Amino acid sequence: MSVDKKKAENSAAASFDVEALSALYRTMSLIRHVETALTRLFANGEVPGFIHLSIGQEGVAAGVASALLKQDSLATTHRGHGHVLARGMDVTGFMKEIMGREGGLCKGRGGSMHVADLSLGILGANGIVGAGIPIALGSAMAHKARKTGGVAVAFFGDGAMAEGVLHETLNMASLWKTPLLLVCENNGWSEFSPTSRQFAAKLEKLAEAFSVTYAQVDGNDVQAVAEATRIATDQLRAGKGPYVLECSTTRVRGHFEGDAQKYRDAGELESVHEHDPLTAARKLLQEAGVDTAAIDQAIHAEVEAATEAARADALPRPEDAIRDVYTQTGKQEARA
Amino acid sequence: MNGTTEMRYVNAVTKALADSMAEDASVIVMGEDVAHAGGSFKATRGLLEQFGEERVIDTPISESSITSAAVGAALTGLKPVVEIMFMDFITLSMDALVNQAAKARYMFGGQGSVPMVLRTPHGGGLSAGPQHSQCLEAWLAHVPGLKVVCPSNPQDAYSLLRAAIADPDPVMFIEHKAMYAQKGQVDTAQTVRIGEARIAREGRDVTLVTYGATVGICLKAAEELATEGVEAEVLDLRSIQPWDKAAVLESLSRTHRAVVVHEAVQAFGVGAEIVATIADEGFDELDAPVLRVAAPFMPAPFASSLEKGYVVTADRVKDAVRKTLA
Ligand SMILES: Cc1ncc(C[n+]2csc(CCOP(=O)(O)OP(=O)(O)O)c2C)c(N)n1
Repeated sequence: MSVDKKKAENSAAASFDVEALSALYRTMSLIRHVETALTRLFANGEVPGFIHLSIGQEGVAAGVASALLKQDSLATTHRGHGHVLARGMDVTGFMKEIMGREGGLCKGRGGSMHVADLSLGILGANGIVGAGIPIALGSAMAHKARKTGGVAVAFFGDGAMAEGVLHETLNMASLWKTPLLLVCENNGWSEFSPTSRQFAAKLEKLAEAFSVTYAQVDGNDVQAVAEATRIATDQLRAGKGPYVLECSTTRVRGHFEGDAQKYRDAGELESVHEHDPLTAARKLLQEAGVDTAAIDQAIHAEVEAATEAARADALPRPEDAIRDVYTQTGKQEARA
Repeated sequence: MNGTTEMRYVNAVTKALADSMAEDASVIVMGEDVAHAGGSFKATRGLLEQFGEERVIDTPISESSITSAAVGAALTGLKPVVEIMFMDFITLSMDALVNQAAKARYMFGGQGSVPMVLRTPHGGGLSAGPQHSQCLEAWLAHVPGLKVVCPSNPQDAYSLLRAAIADPDPVMFIEHKAMYAQKGQVDTAQTVRIGEARIAREGRDVTLVTYGATVGICLKAAEELATEGVEAEVLDLRSIQPWDKAAVLESLSRTHRAVVVHEAVQAFGVGAEIVATIADEGFDELDAPVLRVAAPFMPAPFASSLEKGYVVTADRVKDAVRKTLA
């Protein structure tokens, strides 16, 4: 798209690259539109099971993904829609999966909490808190062993800091100077409990204890996340060992859809929109003369089309569900 | 005092916890979001207000250490009841369960015991996907030292949980997430012994051996079979380790046919143990091979259309019964 390439000269914001910000905005808008559509589809009973939305956290997904290269890999969490979409997952394949259709990226077997696309280095969302962290460690080891030049990213929530696997992974990643980027999305909540009642340490200190580089960034500032990730991945690609990036962010919706959030006080709930990463980016772009409404409109149409395609797709057939338990089953398969 | 009230399965769990806590100050409840939020499935609602933060403890997301901590607390005079939010997450508690809780008494030469309870919901039907739908009870029943119970109705949810908390050994108390809303009469004076089965329906033609949520499915199948003139007896095991072998063999001696039904994967499962025992000790009573109805050997899939073909249905139970009668 044709945008003014010269640095914007508005008062409040630091200088920025309009084209880069437009791209980041487009990613955030895609995530927002997909998840907004999902709120309605879920309420209509068109999404089986349960879903955890990342509305309000798009800045982290878009910012981190913008610094990744083709060969990189990532593992994410139960709240991973944003991460996989930012990484470039096909929107239609994604929607079909979440809605339990045959053409879903995982053939309707995984759904929201287990969506994956290995061809994009997406090693899966995960229904087990913290489980993606050591998986990403192994992926980083593979990058190193195979000299792909790639890095592996582990996304995790602040609640996962309490799981032993984070502590174990920090140790191994540091010992072996693994190209692992640990991205904590700190939204202050684990389900219905505030982080202050969940974790007695500071991630910064934890990283320090294992001699792992640590940086903190405002997750609502997508450019800051993009920049911080670029710095981190540069260090990782230079073989200097793992890196922890803590992003402060805001969970707008409930823990899962349908959660009325009675445990959050009204003041906090009212203020969630003040931190919206899209609002901030939109303001900057509009001041620079970018037509953000046109971006949103195009994305809206794309998401609508993906939703319709998902609705029209067939349901997966039970007789196909038994496949893929193993790659090969030896004699059994020969008999079948 | 014979207070019989109608309540939901989930409230029967809460009531059992509350009554045990009121009676015995050493009973504590711990787990993720169990205190302030009252539990993910609301099974611990109101306990914090009643018993305070020292006895109703919100833990971080640290299943391994929560469960091991329960072992330590149990060895030091408390009776901890741990909630693990979904049974799938006991994978993280396995060292605590298998190497610590199950072994302590034995390897310490019979000194002391580990009077802890681990409550956790298993099962599918909610499109919760492969990591939130598993029935892993066979794993636990395979470990000497652990007891495993699985209530199929609100009354047993109450009575069995009371028994589990009172038990001096580690008891795995397995709930079913699709059953929490089920209503039924609960008599708080009624007691159940761990290891004791229950005849949920009498019949003369075939014995359906089952537990947990599939008890309801077997009862439905039995009602439908009755219209065809087939009278199925439904035996609710209630307890999987130890299981009531005598009750199964006794029922078999009257019906001479058996089908074992559970939601968990069939291969290497609870049913295999029961069928093998019948083949061994009940062989002379058998008029037909014993069949199993259970999940196929695959993870529980997410999409509703796939999950429907995965979980046990009354039709599948009826087909198996007809086959044993043919
Ligand atoms: C091992 C394990 N324990 C518990 C859960 C249940 N659970 C799912 S999400 C969640 C809270 C996670 O909080 P956090 O890591 O902060 O991520 P957020 O939901 O805030 O994105 C919990 C306890 C789980 N899925 N896996």
